[in-house]
Amino acid sequence: MSETNLSRRSFLKTTGTLGALAVAGGTAAATESLFGEGVPQAHAEAEEKITFGHCAINCPGRCFLKFHVKDDEVVWVDTNTSKDADVDTPQARACLRGRSYRRWLQSPDRINYPMKRVGKRGEGKFERITWDEAIDTIADKLKYTINTYGNDAVYIDYATGSSATTARCFNRLLAQAGGYLNFYNSYSTAQIACITPYMYGTKQAGGSSLKTADDADLILMFGTSPTETRQGGLTTHYDYVQLRAKTKGKIYVIDPRFNDSLTGHSDEWLPINPGTDAALVAGIAHELIKNNQTDLDFLHTYCVGFDEESMPETYKGKNMSYSDYVMGLSSDKTEKTPEWAAKITGIPADKIRSLTQEIASAKALHVDQGWGPQRRSNGEWTSWAIMLLPCLVGMIGLPGTSNGTREDRYSISLTNLPSPANPVKASIPCFLFTDAIDHGKQMTKLKDGVKNVDQLSNDIKFMVNYAGNCMTNQHGNVNKSHEILADESKCEFILGVDTVLCDSMKYCDILLPDMFRFEQVSIVNTGSDTAYIVGGQPCTSVKYERKTGYEMCALIADKLGIKDTFTEGLTQEEWIKKLYNADAAKDSKLPSYDELMEMGIYTREHAGKVAMNKFRADPVANALDTPTGKIEIFSEKLLKYTKGWEVASDEELAPIPKYIPEWYGVETTTDEYPLVLTGFHYRGRTHSSWGFIDILKEINPQEVWINPTDADARGIKQGDHVRVKNDFGTIDILAKVTARIVPGVVGISQGAWFNNSKGDGVDYGGCINTLTTQRPSALAKGNPQHTNICEITKA
Amino acid sequence: MTQYAFYFDGTRCTGCKTCEFACRDYNDLQVGTTYRRVYEYEQGETVRDNAGCFTTSCVNYSVSVACNHCTDPACTKVCPTGAMHKDPDTGLVSVDTNKCIGCGYCHMACPYNAPKVDREKGHSVKCDGCKDRVLAGEDPVCVEACPARALAFGTREDLMKKYPDAQMADIAPLPEAKYTSPNLLIKPSADAKPAGTIDGIVANPLEVQ
Repeated sequence: MSETNLSRRSFLKTTGTLGALAVAGGTAAATESLFGEGVPQAHAEAEEKITFGHCAINCPGRCFLKFHVKDDEVVWVDTNTSKDADVDTPQARACLRGRSYRRWLQSPDRINYPMKRVGKRGEGKFERITWDEAIDTIADKLKYTINTYGNDAVYIDYATGSSATTARCFNRLLAQAGGYLNFYNSYSTAQIACITPYMYGTKQAGGSSLKTADDADLILMFGTSPTETRQGGLTTHYDYVQLRAKTKGKIYVIDPRFNDSLTGHSDEWLPINPGTDAALVAGIAHELIKNNQTDLDFLHTYCVGFDEESMPETYKGKNMSYSDYVMGLSSDKTEKTPEWAAKITGIPADKIRSLTQEIASAKALHVDQGWGPQRRSNGEWTSWAIMLLPCLVGMIGLPGTSNGTREDRYSISLTNLPSPANPVKASIPCFLFTDAIDHGKQMTKLKDGVKNVDQLSNDIKFMVNYAGNCMTNQHGNVNKSHEILADESKCEFILGVDTVLCDSMKYCDILLPDMFRFEQVSIVNTGSDTAYIVGGQPCTSVKYERKTGYEMCALIADKLGIKDTFTEGLTQEEWIKKLYNADAAKDSKLPSYDELMEMGIYTREHAGKVAMNKFRADPVANALDTPTGKIEIFSEKLLKYTKGWEVASDEELAPIPKYIPEWYGVETTTDEYPLVLTGFHYRGRTHSSWGFIDILKEINPQEVWINPTDADARGIKQGDHVRVKNDFGTIDILAKVTARIVPGVVGISQGAWFNNSKGDGVDYGGCINTLTTQRPSALAKGNPQHTNICEITKA
Repeated sequence: MTQYAFYFDGTRCTGCKTCEFACRDYNDLQVGTTYRRVYEYEQGETVRDNAGCFTTSCVNYSVSVACNHCTDPACTKVCPTGAMHKDPDTGLVSVDTNKCIGCGYCHMACPYNAPKVDREKGHSVKCDGCKDRVLAGEDPVCVEACPARALAFGTREDLMKKYPDAQMADIAPLPEAKYTSPNLLIKPSADAKPAGTIDGIVANPLEVQ
């Protein structure tokens, strides 16, 4: 496939001359009369230069940014674009957020100097200090923590605000300083990343490229909005619009919300109750089994656990197969008919039947899921069930199909700043860091999913928050997080590194002023249907006393006596160049370092990948890395792994992808909280990034989506201020009254900045995590931040 | 006379508003001022029956609109000073800020809400079709920004040739094209309703003020 070098640097474009005339105090005619014709006016206005850089926020667009700079200030932000590019020319174009970077870059709220906290944690009161004082304090606190408690009391909180080949500098530093408590999981994918290896293993589990759905005749998009969640660059916004324009396949987007990927394509919406996808799959399975429309050859050859015949020997005769669950032969003695599924999912039984016939007759069924369905209390089983659906009809590994996981992301391999092996082995689910601060020493393998040790031997006492907002705003239950973090006897020291004072930073004891990746030399790789690498140079000189994360780590390393170990005598730029040159030596198609910096962006197309096609072609030679080598619809490994685990009465560690009601879901609303509340990604922010930019807030208001049926019953009208309340908190937010969300369910975009500044206990920022729980999902111990119930009243 | 025009593909637009924000960055527009808006038009309902099952007739689509540089512009007709004018070479409509007195008649007359009086500057402001860029051979910033490739720009004649499926802007919630002859060609999505349809609403009123 082709490789394109889309951008050429156009340096030093001289612009207009009116500036000098204004200084001269007259019109052009007056100037000529004073100085004569033809006076050179080249110094009239500063020359404009162009620099390249990349977005580094966790989108994963990593868009190409082209900074127009005058007088050492960015005057506007362009992107990977050209007039003559037709719709099929891939260009990593920035989204509305990338186009608004100047407002953040030049914000008066930027952190410009090292600061120390002078108020209580969370109050947001800080005082400027010197770099010497900041680095001394950090190094002393780290040494004290290691000496007093041990390295496993040191923790780097989950954060995704800085992506580049040298962005993980704190991990390198702290590993070299004796280690730190690890985390596993992510806030994006905990449940699906946990369950997928049980079913598909790890090595062949990835989904098909979106573009391969061009060859499908039926495309099922479960809980995904490719145009919103990956909005910029050459990611799924562009890929999905391209797919929709080209495919002959019929598309269904199965979602409680008519998301923005449906805009203009309303007939593709199949509304469903949130958290019930596994019930839909069971209802479809029942209909397929009843009509002998499953692909039994596939299920018996490539899978285990579908029916009695394909169960592992030890579990035969126990009615534990998926088929027995569906047909009412398992312990619950309930047939999962379309009528049963209709009551739970809200999809009429007739519609489930007609959809089943479309699935059964599809020649190429493409099933894709986003990460919304899995971010739930039952997310492991919900995402597993969606992955099961294509297996039922043998639509795996064939042209046009996908395996029900999320779409593939094609990317060019780049090496990151290396970290030595972490001497500390203990690892916690990232979502449980507040537990590890509050009562880490009580956390165990069987109760809390602690890995590599049976029980933690320390609470977290020293924490680094680098370019992240997961301490409060993006974590579950902000009010509870506040209580835990505000207690200085628990986590004794918190270092915060960021560009602005987001809510998490208010809990830090020392703040260090970070720089955007486009204010420093940087390289990043990403992609979806198309891969690309962006290389960039600083857009301006260093302003105020800001430093790069790498420089901060080098200063701390110096105080710890390990500077040479950390830097190996190299600057960050030298590291980036060294790492890239080694990569380019292995991949001869890559441009040289200098060429990359000259081009700004290097793009590589490919034909697209069909998931598990090698396994389909030869399941013996290309066996999966599951225990049986096959697709596991029944997982003995899961049963064994969770043996002895402590589970609550309302959860279950099922070895098959069955429907398990959510704790706070459509079947568990209460009289006090009769509405289900779900979250979604919003175009105006990437998680909480850009959440304070005024013009973005103006046009992307923070709203709760509510169906007219539910709004009318509460006297709520479009644009009203409403209060959304549950046991965890109360937010004040605007109402968007719309038929784009199903009755009984309300939706709030995640990432708005928590704001309790009025002191009345109400969050006026409309942060959904004021209403979410810190209780993890049963198996992954992941964040179930879409699993909520609430009531809404007019404010 | 050359007449430049915008083209909008309603089958590709996802309502992301990158066009609007690229414009606002390029033109340094602050809160309260925008030269481009993205309307979200909605009609129909999503209901739950007694059995708890959903049916939906919800139709929702986005329309991105700036100044349409109309062939018969309402704004120039009402302008008492001649500040609001249509360029004879390009057909682009813009404000001569040296003539504008900030009376706001153009703002009131335009059925697309394109011109607005900037009270701090003391004159009308609006999309000028990025005329400097166009004269330099580039497209307007909004057009080159679109991640979904739903926008195009060119002479009206060329666009009509290039996009034979397109029609003059005659879909809700826009006014009927007969009033000002807008130079906006639209390829409507399957959801699009005719201009003048009264069954639907602008579903994002806070985003298009």
